Amino acid sequence: MDFFWTYIWPLTVIVAQSVLLLVILLIAIAYILLADRKIWAAVQIRRGPNVVGPWGLFQSFADLLKFVVKEPVIPAGANKGVFLLAPLVTCVLALAAWAVIPVNKNWVIANINVGVLYIFAISSLMVYGVIMAGWASNSKYPFLAALRSAAQMVSYEVSIGFVIITVLLCAGSLNLSAIVAAQDGKYGLLSWYWLPLFPMFVVFFISALAETNRPPFDLVEAESELVAGFMVEYGSTPYMMFMLGEYVAIGTMCAMATILFLGGWLSPVPYPPFTWVPGVIWFTLKALFMFFLFAMAKAIVPRYRYDQLMRLGWKVFLPLSLAMVAIVAGVIQYGALVTSAVK
Amino acid sequence: MIAALFFYLFAGICVASAVMVIAARNPVHSVLYLILTFVNAAGLFVMMGAEFLAMILIVVYVGAVAVLFLFVVMMLDVDFSELKQGALQYLPIGLLIGGMFLAELLLVVGAWAFGPGVPQAITSPIPTTIPNTEAIGLVLYTRYVYFFQAAGMILLVAMVGAIVLTLHHRERVRRQNIAVQVARNPAASIEVVKVRSGQGLGGNA
Repeated sequence: MDFFWTYIWPLTVIVAQSVLLLVILLIAIAYILLADRKIWAAVQIRRGPNVVGPWGLFQSFADLLKFVVKEPVIPAGANKGVFLLAPLVTCVLALAAWAVIPVNKNWVIANINVGVLYIFAISSLMVYGVIMAGWASNSKYPFLAALRSAAQMVSYEVSIGFVIITVLLCAGSLNLSAIVAAQDGKYGLLSWYWLPLFPMFVVFFISALAETNRPPFDLVEAESELVAGFMVEYGSTPYMMFMLGEYVAIGTMCAMATILFLGGWLSPVPYPPFTWVPGVIWFTLKALFMFFLFAMAKAIVPRYRYDQLMRLGWKVFLPLSLAMVAIVAGVIQYGALVTSAVK
Repeated sequence: MIAALFFYLFAGICVASAVMVIAARNPVHSVLYLILTFVNAAGLFVMMGAEFLAMILIVVYVGAVAVLFLFVVMMLDVDFSELKQGALQYLPIGLLIGGMFLAELLLVVGAWAFGPGVPQAITSPIPTTIPNTEAIGLVLYTRYVYFFQAAGMILLVAMVGAIVLTLHHRERVRRQNIAVQVARNPAASIEVVKVRSGQGLGGNA
């Protein structure tokens, strides 16, 4: 009986929580995908998917069924094991990141002390899905895309890292829940970090676009030059797993922006009746707002040229975020001295 | 019990994939096994309560260093089966290095087994009240700050050296100046001319 309460029961609870999160996340992803297509269509004055179900609401599920029932084709020259491992790596890593994301106060599967680093580590591993797919396909376009993506994702990780460091300096913790709690002030949305760290918020948003290979930085799958980039040779379920992993990673980035800059589950006005609304609803609304920005960027910004992408990452964002780290650290260190001297 | 189970899981996969790094025929597979080794080593760090080191190991080694490894190995066009033929002649050196590592490990284990106070004497005490990320920061930026700065300087010099060695400034290359491009306006870049039929622009226009 003792064994049951020490090992089996916590394990059951964690598994149940994970399954619940996974189901909600996957359904949310299905509708985010639809929203992406609908927003894109609306910008181009089209209707978008509107046939399956009322207003096309079941389009994603129809797509899922279509992908699953098709035959997976593995090219003859492909490296079979790595070829099939690549979509799995992408998908599993993207989902694993959600284990540490707090959607409400204490609503998190693993409240670990290095939550931010965990997310950062997971997102730095995401590049392997792309590289492995590109190499294992044994074909020109995927290979070129893999080389591009390796450079692109490593470059923008650097600036994301510095942006995260500025937030950590302000919050004084690597724990995601503690970062949200640190933004809880009496001015509501004005005490969240997007305001004092506004340049970093912009840098984070743009780097997140690059890190998730979203337009305007989708050079990894630029269809005008590379057909479909690293997933040219993929079809059916493996392809679907890439797509799923990509959208889950986008969801993770939206959630990260919400936690780091938009106060996570906190209400924008810290007084009733706004504080009566459950935190998870605020979190979802903020994450959806971030996703709307992602979708609008896809709809209205033309694709970057590769050398311009590298220039932006290394010559603009890196010095800017590095300078901000120094400035924020200086303000925190000497700001306290100044205020105490004034008193 | 669960901790022991996970330790043997991580350690077993770690050693097995480390063997596969040198045993795999395909160099790309070798690098992928190396990454698996790193990830499992990170798992071992987490089990020891050093979660900060574990995450840094993944971010730095797996997320950046191994990507560049993979990048280079993928682009190499070398017949590795041919290369492997001569591998046996390096066996003595390999054995020597392996023997040295084994001896050092035995020394470490010996010191740890016979003198339990040794780790406490040579390292900073491990605090239990604060998270180990904070604990590392507290010793790294106070007691070891000069070593930390020296390591940073060495890396900086290495980076500058690599850039200096590979940079050669070429003449007559068309470069892009984004500021100039953005600053262009219609008045400075477009000229509206009236072209008379049958005459063209004439002159030097």
